[in-house]
Amino acid sequence: MLPATLSPAAIALLDHLPALPEVLLLAGTCALMIVDLFVKSERRDATFALAYAILAGCALATLFALTLAGFDKYYLFNKLFVADLMSHLLKLAAYIAVALALAYSRRYLYDRGLLKGEFISLLLFALLGMMIMMSANSFLTLYMGLELLSLCLYSLVALNRDSAVSTEAAMKYFVLGALASGMLLYGMSMIYGASGTLNIGEVSRQVGNLSANASERTILVFGLVFMIAGVAFKLGAAPFHMWVPDVYQGAPTAITLVIGSAPKLAAFAMAIRLLVNGLLDMAVDWQQMLVVLSIASMAIGNITAIAQTNIKRMLAYSTIAHMGFMLLGLLSGVVDGNWLNKDDAYSAAMFYTVVYVLMSLGAFGMLVHLSGRGYECERLEDLKGLNRRSPWHAFIMLILMFSLAGVPPTAGFYAKLSVIYAAVAAGQIWLAVVAVLLSLVGAFYYLRVVKLMYFDEPAGDAQAIPDDRMPRMLLSANGLALLALGIMPQPLMSLCFAAIKGL
Amino acid sequence: MTHTVPLLSYAIWVPIVAALLVLAAGGDRNAPVQRWLALAGSITGFVVTIPLYLNFRLDVAGMQFVELAPWIQQFNIHYHLGVDGISLLFLMLNSFITILVVISGWSVIENRVGQYLASFLVLSGLLNGVFSALDAVLFYVFFEATLIPMFIIIGVWGGPNRVYAALKFFLYTLAGSLLMLIALLYLYGKSGGSFAILDWHQLPLPLEAQKWLFFGFLLAFAVKVPMWPVHTWLPDAHTEAPTGGSVVLAAILLKLGAYGLIRFSLPILPDASRDLAWFMIALSLVAVVYIGLVALVQNDMKKLIAYSSISHMGFVTLGFFVFNALGLEGALVQMISHGFVSAAMFLCVGVMYDRMHTRMISDYGGVVNTMPKFAALMMLFAMANSGLPATSGFVGEFMVILGAMKANFWIAFAAATTLIFGAAYTLWLYKRVIFGAVANEHVAGLKDLNGREFLVLGLLAAAVLWMGVYPLPFTEVMHASVNELLRHVALPKI
Repeated sequence: MLPATLSPAAIALLDHLPALPEVLLLAGTCALMIVDLFVKSERRDATFALAYAILAGCALATLFALTLAGFDKYYLFNKLFVADLMSHLLKLAAYIAVALALAYSRRYLYDRGLLKGEFISLLLFALLGMMIMMSANSFLTLYMGLELLSLCLYSLVALNRDSAVSTEAAMKYFVLGALASGMLLYGMSMIYGASGTLNIGEVSRQVGNLSANASERTILVFGLVFMIAGVAFKLGAAPFHMWVPDVYQGAPTAITLVIGSAPKLAAFAMAIRLLVNGLLDMAVDWQQMLVVLSIASMAIGNITAIAQTNIKRMLAYSTIAHMGFMLLGLLSGVVDGNWLNKDDAYSAAMFYTVVYVLMSLGAFGMLVHLSGRGYECERLEDLKGLNRRSPWHAFIMLILMFSLAGVPPTAGFYAKLSVIYAAVAAGQIWLAVVAVLLSLVGAFYYLRVVKLMYFDEPAGDAQAIPDDRMPRMLLSANGLALLALGIMPQPLMSLCFAAIKGL
Repeated sequence: MTHTVPLLSYAIWVPIVAALLVLAAGGDRNAPVQRWLALAGSITGFVVTIPLYLNFRLDVAGMQFVELAPWIQQFNIHYHLGVDGISLLFLMLNSFITILVVISGWSVIENRVGQYLASFLVLSGLLNGVFSALDAVLFYVFFEATLIPMFIIIGVWGGPNRVYAALKFFLYTLAGSLLMLIALLYLYGKSGGSFAILDWHQLPLPLEAQKWLFFGFLLAFAVKVPMWPVHTWLPDAHTEAPTGGSVVLAAILLKLGAYGLIRFSLPILPDASRDLAWFMIALSLVAVVYIGLVALVQNDMKKLIAYSSISHMGFVTLGFFVFNALGLEGALVQMISHGFVSAAMFLCVGVMYDRMHTRMISDYGGVVNTMPKFAALMMLFAMANSGLPATSGFVGEFMVILGAMKANFWIAFAAATTLIFGAAYTLWLYKRVIFGAVANEHVAGLKDLNGREFLVLGLLAAAVLWMGVYPLPFTEVMHASVNELLRHVALPKI
């Protein structure tokens, strides 16, 4: 493939090309921290420009690696790091999510005096953590990525350090997050104890033989339980969901936007790396656990969301419910030891995650956008009569809500369709019935938002919608993208399918 | 058969594009422009369906004007459209009613005019999509998507209790259709990865599975029809919806359920359909008789007509499940006729409501003294609603009763009571509202129909009479497809 004239050094460099985005991001973010010291402007124009440039550079690097590698898989750094189609695609999605989060939250943070360089550098380091998780091929790499991501998010939640609510949320997030990390680590150590390796590919090779032995199997299942708990915590699936509503509500909305979007991609990647890449031979065990998590999440999320009056809290419960739906895909891969349904089911889950991230970005982005100076748009009443105040914003929010509810012709419908089909194909028809009934419950509170926007008159003290052209255009694109994906879901679906096939 | 002009796509997308143009025309300041745009869009939408009728081949039982393009390869989903003798007329009915709705809201709707008109145009396009989709997912997408504009129509321009009615409408229908989704996915798996409805018609299925699927579909379609006992959303939705909303709801949306039964339940699950025919007939008769009695005691005109709709739709489901050509064709004729008559009845109530702002029967009386033209037209529609010969209402009911007679005398007997109850509640309504002494000074001050109202009701009156006197143009397109359907349903496919 390569011309013979390349020097060995150049070849070594080329060998590490798949890790170029991470390298770029790390170097860029370090540079950004230094540059930001010299930025005097309150609006941080230079820092933002640099951040966008870094993201664009990473995207280019990822695309470059993608075109060079195609559907092949590359292992780097002594197999600690893997670059496959799934990691590339998830990374691209994460860049988009982070770029949108930066754009949406800028004015919000500026208005509240929170627009510090830390925000941007923490966000970019969080992104680095996510990317490492997406490309992890060893328990150690995965854990490192996870901790980098989590620590950045803990501090982002506390960004507004004078706010008692935010600090409390950050504290809660940190304590529970540390507990979950501990559990995950404990589970990993069990599996390491049984298999003698931290490398995920190696674990996968060992597990098949080991699980035939009863005593080894006990250890493996024991480790698995702890690992599932850790993954469920990061996804925010019930019964490990306690942190989600408090953190979503307590954090400044712009930070909620960050937490609710891109990290879900990383959590999904973590689930795939651990469960599918590592422990597919134990699918019978973990699928049962995921069934419980899935039903509990859909039920608790959808039913509790009805009682909420705070939109951020409502969307937090909706996240829990959506993660339950996503798990439907993950738990339908292996039927009676038969792997035929695997690619369909996991790609359905991946499609769901990507679509969910788009919806979550849009919904929180809209809340951030509607919050003006000294005014938070976070109670349900704040959306009253939005159609009167601005038909366009109301229309975009309408698309987002119907997409979250899974009503065609929006992308949310195909996301639900594909995971529910995965469950039906796996013979779990009862589970599919439970899922659709709970999604009906969910439809109620999304419809209530539409009702508030369209059927009610604006409240007397309704604030003017800030005039902010750039985020408005991006929000529109975000909402319309969900409509476009609803009319033409094929490209994204086949990308997800190819990504899962290439695992 | 290949047609170079994608007429069905035009029928779907012309109204939707028109809706976008209406929305793009700006806010309420440009309301006149928006009204004319919407009228042009709805008329164009109807005009493109006319060649469908003119070029329709009466001797072909299968699908005509077929369009097929891959859509979502991942699930083998196609953009697959086509009409047969069963669906053709609904497409035309829908496009026709949309014109009337646009005209009838001309001066009544003053708030958010563009959004109102655009909602109806989008709805019209989506409904055409439901009637012509031959791919189950495409069908489902159109079927569900119709909820969004209707939800907005009821909720934004509806009466005082509109929020409750809109939510009830949406959640009720969504509940039914979500279970249908599982049935669709199950069939997709069983058929080896095909969502083509016509393929499913040939798919052999064990009786047990057929019965489960039957109930899956039934829930979705029974809510839409609506069949007793899942009808309770309809009176609320009808009462609270603006006049145009009630018209489309009664004339077209209710037909979706019945259409679903003949497109999915009967041909895909013939054995279960025959096995459970007694159940369906029983539910239909309850609707015909019991709901007819309920209609009798209503105080609210719109509620009364809503219950009368449920009762008439009971006739339709009855006609489907007696399994003979007379019953099935009668049911289809009844569906078309009900489209005209119920639309006209709701428009009549709308005409009065716009003047008096009340729907209570007790607030009226002696309207004939001040609105003679209106009284004459409404007389015709009341007669049609009670099934008088020479109106469209008679043809369908008579055919269904004859069809039922072939199956069982007592079924026909019970169904025939509707001729009494229907006449009773409709004519009693007419008597109380139109005849008698002038009830109060509001009635005394009423103005007769204006040109627009006369045009709308006149068009409907012509349609009702035409269908009553000379139904052949309506029935002849159905023959081939109905016979093919019956032949197919008679074959076991276990």
